[in-house]
Amino acid sequence: MYILNRQQRHVVNYSWMLVSLLLVACLPFLLFSVLYFKSFLLLRNFGLGDLIFSHSWHPSKGEFGFYPFIVGSIWVTLLAILISTPICLLTAINVTQYAKKRFLRIMHPVIDILAGLPSVVYGVWGLLVIVPFISRYLGPWLGIRTMGYSILAGAFVLSIMIIPFILNIIIEIFRTIPMELKEAALSLGSTKWQMVKHVLLRKALPGIIAAVGFGLARAFGETMAVLMVVGNVVKVPTSVFDPGYTLPALIANNYGEVLSIPRYDSALMFAALLLLVVSLFFNLLMHFFIARYNKY
Amino acid sequence: MKRSLKIEETVFRVLMILSTAFILLILGVIMYSVFEKGMKAISWEMLTSIPSGGYYYGKGGGILNAITGSMALAFGATILAFVIGLPVALYINVFLHGKKKLVNFIRFILDLIWGIPSIVYGAFGFTLMVLIGLQTSLLAGIVTVTLFILPIMIRSMDEILRTVPTGLMEAAYSLGSNKSELAFKIFTRQSVSGIITAVLLSFGRAIGDAASVLFTAGYTDNLPNSLMEPVATLPLSIFFQLASPVPEVQARAYASALVLTVIILIVSLFSRGLGKRYHKTKINF
Amino acid sequence: METAIKVNNLNVFAGKSQILKNINCEIRKKRITVILGPSGCGKTTLLKCMNRLTDLYPELKVSGEILINEKNILDPGADIYKLRQSMGLLSQRPYPLPMTIYNNIAYALKLRGVRKKRELHKLVMDYLKQAALYDEVRNRLREPASRLSIGQQQRLCLARGLAVNPEIILADEPTSALDPISSRFIDEKFQELKKDYTIVVVTHVLRQARRIADNVIFMYLGEVIEQGPATEFFENPKQEKTKLYLEGMFN
Repeated sequence: MYILNRQQRHVVNYSWMLVSLLLVACLPFLLFSVLYFKSFLLLRNFGLGDLIFSHSWHPSKGEFGFYPFIVGSIWVTLLAILISTPICLLTAINVTQYAKKRFLRIMHPVIDILAGLPSVVYGVWGLLVIVPFISRYLGPWLGIRTMGYSILAGAFVLSIMIIPFILNIIIEIFRTIPMELKEAALSLGSTKWQMVKHVLLRKALPGIIAAVGFGLARAFGETMAVLMVVGNVVKVPTSVFDPGYTLPALIANNYGEVLSIPRYDSALMFAALLLLVVSLFFNLLMHFFIARYNKY
Repeated sequence: MKRSLKIEETVFRVLMILSTAFILLILGVIMYSVFEKGMKAISWEMLTSIPSGGYYYGKGGGILNAITGSMALAFGATILAFVIGLPVALYINVFLHGKKKLVNFIRFILDLIWGIPSIVYGAFGFTLMVLIGLQTSLLAGIVTVTLFILPIMIRSMDEILRTVPTGLMEAAYSLGSNKSELAFKIFTRQSVSGIITAVLLSFGRAIGDAASVLFTAGYTDNLPNSLMEPVATLPLSIFFQLASPVPEVQARAYASALVLTVIILIVSLFSRGLGKRYHKTKINF
Repeated sequence: METAIKVNNLNVFAGKSQILKNINCEIRKKRITVILGPSGCGKTTLLKCMNRLTDLYPELKVSGEILINEKNILDPGADIYKLRQSMGLLSQRPYPLPMTIYNNIAYALKLRGVRKKRELHKLVMDYLKQAALYDEVRNRLREPASRLSIGQQQRLCLARGLAVNPEIILADEPTSALDPISSRFIDEKFQELKKDYTIVVVTHVLRQARRIADNVIFMYLGEVIEQGPATEFFENPKQEKTKLYLEGMFN
């Protein structure tokens, strides 16, 4: 029954654990070094500032200005956050403070399903519903001619994708606010709404900010869904109805041509490196932010 | 004074209800569009055959290559991530029990890698592949996706392992168990439902992600038959079919999206169901 | 040797606060020794030192000597797993292992080294009978232990603790979570078991102590105030604090 005795099993298990742990612990550093190493070629020839702020993207001519993609990513992400945050906040307040308890139970599977839907499916839906909506209804209604493939489409699809994510965190935060605090406010004579405004939201504010931060990080790196609806035109967008191009989309769309143009692979790896750095930066920021506020 | 407060409250309450309804509505719209368009184009042939030569231009065939490919990839990645991830989560909670600084440091690293976009892993995987000389293949895809889902798997398992009470640890130790036994025989059994949920959650992410397999797994019309050959995946299959100029093929893309969605829904359902079933051996403290 | 456990100059610190102050005491073999005292006096910590469960809590700094079979168990080189198997633990709350009733005991037996199926089976039944649990669960052995009532779970933990064939049984307020009948049972069981085992019971319930103790160690705020045979302790206490405690002043 026992091939190895207890002591031997312990040693096997222990080594297995340490090896796995080492692998996991090295992962962020590995990611960074490999991508940095690969982008080094590019960085050697151009300064970091040039790469980030230059507008011209002509790889075949050897020009690698990432500005349009960075801006595209920022626009789409910020707009998505702008759309989703109030919706998440309002829904979270409703579901935890006002609506009946069983409603919260319905929300859980809804959030789970929305969270589990793959990026491509959101992209398909975006193509089917959002893009035509913008080009046929929203645009003309505002007097704008648009193909539908736009920053707005990307932002909208993205906002739906990050809603379950942010909503989950905020609901969790609201649930950890102790009943006693709420009861204390109510027993002083405040209405539910005043309690929500002055006690709940105030107490939950750091957590809400953290949730938004995480959502931001998540949105910034989202590839497929945005790629399918944002237009993929290399141009710094001047309005939300303009098509745009995001950093992840850049990488995804062009990896096939990587070998035919010199330094193209370096450029795409640099884009990946940028995404990694932004993501790590946000994670770090949120981590310390939460640590600071958890002192209470 | 009170009147304006009342108005404010009413306004916000309306907004709240609208927001909640909005979310429910959106889910409904997404499900409806995927199902409606998908059901129109789906056929038995689609599910059971591989693409024929002119599939992307309208000829016959199906997406069996992608279905089986995605399954093989997701299974492989989930198993690999489990084999690496479970020991790490157990190590943190059992072997490093009480060593706050070290545990916090490791959890900090885990926090760092959680949320790194899948395309970064894709690019990383691609670079590694080129470095080693590996072609786009099932193996490369599995390794990349494993790295991608590893943080998710470990974090979920860590959350559930944290809830095991110290008293149980004391009871096991006082019987003379060593740390490995405590970890692999007792912690695991106590947290079975949580572990299953973590695994299924990771599986769902593995099967649905496109960016990590885009450069690493390649694509093929064939069924997966070797680790070293490229493999088709559902997300990419959807993507490529959508890119076709032929409307029938585009319609098939919706059907493929439907298939993927259904798989994900089944996995979600399973994770709730299986989780509840294994609750019986768990002791509630 | 009449002494099962000898504690010499035991000190335990948690950060800056001192939980146990220079403890010196003796546990006699095959007797029931009750460690008595109000909440917070350190009695549970003292108990946990005896099978080095304090290792689980790195914030505790333990110094001194605890001699069992003339070996100092606090010595870092001591075989900790063997040590723990020579003691059985019964906690305040029963902690059945997340397995079937049968396997709870089988697990302990396997740790002890019992491998053959027949032997395992026989011993599981034996221990269940010893804990007077057999009749109640004979048809349910393959059910999860979580389905038992708290009283039954505690008896299961007792059976499990006995299954490692200990010399010493450590019990940390074993009946505080139980109903009176189950409580009574455990107390009576201890009377039976002391023929074969050394038993150390921590409690803050005077009545229980009076009922079961052969020897008493009375603690207050991390110090041993008085120790000795039960009859002497209860009828002729020597220390002031002891007298006050026995009169109910501390609770």
